[in-house]
Amino acid sequence: METTTTEKKYTFKDFTSDQEVRWCPGCDDYVILRSMQKALPEMGVKKEDVVFISGIGCSSRFPYYMSTYGMHTIHGRAPGIASGVKMANPNLSVWIMTGDGDSMAIGGNHFIHLLRRNIDLNMVMFNNEIYGLTKGQFSPTSLIGQKTKSSPYGNTQPPFSPGELALGANARFFARITGNNPKDMAQIFIDAHKFKGTSLIEVLQNCVIFNDGCFDEVTDKEVKEDMQIFLEHGKPMIFGKNKDKGLVLNKLKLEVVTIGENGVTQEDILVHNAKEEDKTLHQMLVRLEYPLATGIIRSFADVTLEEREDALTAEVKANSKFKKTDDLFFSGETYEVK
Amino acid sequence: MITTKTILQPEVLEAVVVRFVGDSGDGMQLTGTQFTDTSAMFGNDIATFPNYPSEIRAPQGSLYGVSGFQVHIGSVEVSTPGDNVDLLVAMNPAALKTNLYAVKPGHTIIVDTDSFTKKNLDKAEYKTNPLEDGSLENYRVIQVDMTTMTKEALKGVEGLDNKAITRSKNMFSLGMVYWMYDRSLEHTIDFFNKKFKTKPSLIEANTKVLNAGYYFAETLELIPNAYSISPAKMTPGTYRIIGGNTATAWGLLAASEKSGLELFLGSYPITPATDILHELVKHKHFGVKAFQAEDEIAGVTSAIGAAFAGDLAITTTSGPGLALKGEAIGLAMMVELPLVIINVQRGGPSTGLPTKTEQSDLLQAMYGRNGESPVIVIAASTPANCFNFAYEAARLALEHMTPVILLTDGYIANGSAPWKVRSIADMPEIKNHKVTEVKENWSPYDRDEKTLARNWAVPGTPGLEHRIGGLEKDSVTGNISYEPINHEKMTHIRAEKVRLVENNIPELKTEFADSGDLLVIGWGGTYGSLHSAVKQISDEGYKNIGFAHFNYINPMPKNTEEILSKYKKIIVCELNAGQFVSILKTRFSKFEFSQHNKIQGLPFSNDELIQQFKLLV
Repeated sequence: METTTTEKKYTFKDFTSDQEVRWCPGCDDYVILRSMQKALPEMGVKKEDVVFISGIGCSSRFPYYMSTYGMHTIHGRAPGIASGVKMANPNLSVWIMTGDGDSMAIGGNHFIHLLRRNIDLNMVMFNNEIYGLTKGQFSPTSLIGQKTKSSPYGNTQPPFSPGELALGANARFFARITGNNPKDMAQIFIDAHKFKGTSLIEVLQNCVIFNDGCFDEVTDKEVKEDMQIFLEHGKPMIFGKNKDKGLVLNKLKLEVVTIGENGVTQEDILVHNAKEEDKTLHQMLVRLEYPLATGIIRSFADVTLEEREDALTAEVKANSKFKKTDDLFFSGETYEVK
Repeated sequence: MITTKTILQPEVLEAVVVRFVGDSGDGMQLTGTQFTDTSAMFGNDIATFPNYPSEIRAPQGSLYGVSGFQVHIGSVEVSTPGDNVDLLVAMNPAALKTNLYAVKPGHTIIVDTDSFTKKNLDKAEYKTNPLEDGSLENYRVIQVDMTTMTKEALKGVEGLDNKAITRSKNMFSLGMVYWMYDRSLEHTIDFFNKKFKTKPSLIEANTKVLNAGYYFAETLELIPNAYSISPAKMTPGTYRIIGGNTATAWGLLAASEKSGLELFLGSYPITPATDILHELVKHKHFGVKAFQAEDEIAGVTSAIGAAFAGDLAITTTSGPGLALKGEAIGLAMMVELPLVIINVQRGGPSTGLPTKTEQSDLLQAMYGRNGESPVIVIAASTPANCFNFAYEAARLALEHMTPVILLTDGYIANGSAPWKVRSIADMPEIKNHKVTEVKENWSPYDRDEKTLARNWAVPGTPGLEHRIGGLEKDSVTGNISYEPINHEKMTHIRAEKVRLVENNIPELKTEFADSGDLLVIGWGGTYGSLHSAVKQISDEGYKNIGFAHFNYINPMPKNTEEILSKYKKIIVCELNAGQFVSILKTRFSKFEFSQHNKIQGLPFSNDELIQQFKLLV
């Protein structure tokens, strides 16, 4: 979303509150916090127009650490509260900070409806595939067989893929980023802010205590370039340390090919179109296990709820004979008692 | 075609009760509403009550598919839709069977004989035709071939299918009733002209059938036109007939305009509260933001978000929905934001009796949240004063920075009555605690000394950025605090804040005897029944009975104890198993309270109340 612009030049310190940050040492949440504090000055939004709304969980402590307006609410309900804030004052830049459990378990219903409606606000989902604050139970993104405090013999409930769920609910903007990539994360936050409509950013966030290393195979420094593809709109889907791997469409599946092998040239590689309305390819990218798709996977500009509401309100106002409640109360079927 | 049985009681003078009953597709609500509006414009006092099944279109002719509309019109003050019926209009056997109990012996029943077919009699589980077997001989039965005559009247009208023809027979019955009570057809014909603007054939058809019914009644002088009810004595002014849910919605519109705050409604459809949403969504011209959420919880949470951002925030629901909203209302209480929660009570528990009335959510409203979680609880008591109490709920929420639960119920929400239209200029002021000035050491929990209301800095205000949340907070800074003593202090502050509301509400009033042998206590939607029963017993000569009705439940009016002490006995009457009386017993333990309770999904009847009162005096 893009709202007010400001002359004042902020730095990350302007967005840092006086509260002591109480996440576990080494938690990726610190990276998200700092990336946000760095991204905000770049957004051109006034500090007083920024609102962070959270539910319950480790991620949901976030608003306390920002020096903007914020509310730490109840489990799963941040989307409702944030929607109310935005509808009451469309000039605000509203951010929902949530986790995998908060957004997709207890708050699952609100999550899908938020995406369906396309209100112009942003949601950052800290996905660590575990419940942290309640100390280590499986979440709706935990893997089958994962041993947790509430699944000591292994988890039997198959997980959601957040991106797949989001696109199924018609998310217009979906990005995925790993918790150890602050630079791209900050840029994605800025892009999400600029995007008109609901933006969802999934951060693969390592929980050092209860699920340490769960994303190592894609995030480790040694392997990340080979295991992740960072998607950029309008650019070919190329990845790998040597920038020699790419994605092509083979029948109904994405396939990894090596440029220069078997006659494959750069021209054969798919070009990423995040702005495409048809989400077929976006869904394939979201589901891809190797390489893991990161970056902005989908960014389709659609009419927002506020735009529809504003247009209707303007039309009704223009055509209505009721300007004040008295006009309504004294209209129609009244009668006089003398 | 018409038979008149012995006329036992030919006329009613001051007031009559008419009930229209038929299949849920027979248009009985419309017929009743038209009769109501016409009578109101004539100057009668009015109280109405619709009674319809939860099935939208139950199988035709079935006992459970009967829909009804009752109206009480009077030349004197009318405070309830009435218990017993002077005139019953029954469009089929099932309607007759399910409503006969309410007709006073000797009084009139109009039936459509065309509907008394073998098939319909079977569906109504009649072994013999009641029109023929003598079972109705204590009533004055007017048998009319209504369907046949409707068809006859519409011969030659172009553009009507069979269904449209049959469906207009309700207007035949209305025409007859208009003649019987000496009413003009004008209002209803105007209504046709507006409603069917684009379908001239329907205007013509309905007008013809209405007239046909009217002239039919006139021609056959067998119906004595004995029921001429004079206009009632009412305070002069502009009136309109208003339903309780509409009055609630309009009270909120008025509060929004008076307070200068935009109105936000977050709601999820639930019977019998949905009509408030239906009404508010119409008013985009006033900038109303009515949001139909994905569930009850999103309804209330979106409203909390809107309150945080500075709107007058409302959520509407009924019992089961209030249960779902409980946690969020606790949050609103904890973060001390103004929020109006309207609970149109229905029969519970669980899904209960969705279309019936009850007062059984009182304790849920008082205590239905985790932790020490006091909120303001008020209750409307008539269809028309739903307007005042919706307004009052908004005023108290904004002036005290706290959630307010307004209880209405299916009986007053669906009932309608004359409302003396209030101009916005005559409504009380509504203050709020918004701040924009940046001060040193400012905290979102800085409080107004008199009310303890915290100040309200809304997002978008430079320099007052702050965070609030559901965790306990320091009483001074508002930062998270787990300090034991601070938690106790904050708990007391939040309770005291609600208690102090007693300085901002009117005192409890009594009616009839202001001291004496018996005090009748009620609250909420039973006002009409209780008032009418106490009036009747008082008129009978029992001059030592007083009546006090509560609209303010938490906190109660300051003079409550003083009033209780003026009577020898106290009886608390409620449509539940004894919820308000349990609060009174705890709060005023030195008094003894009798109780009268009814849990049938129905309002009190006059007779049962009077019988109870007589036992005590």
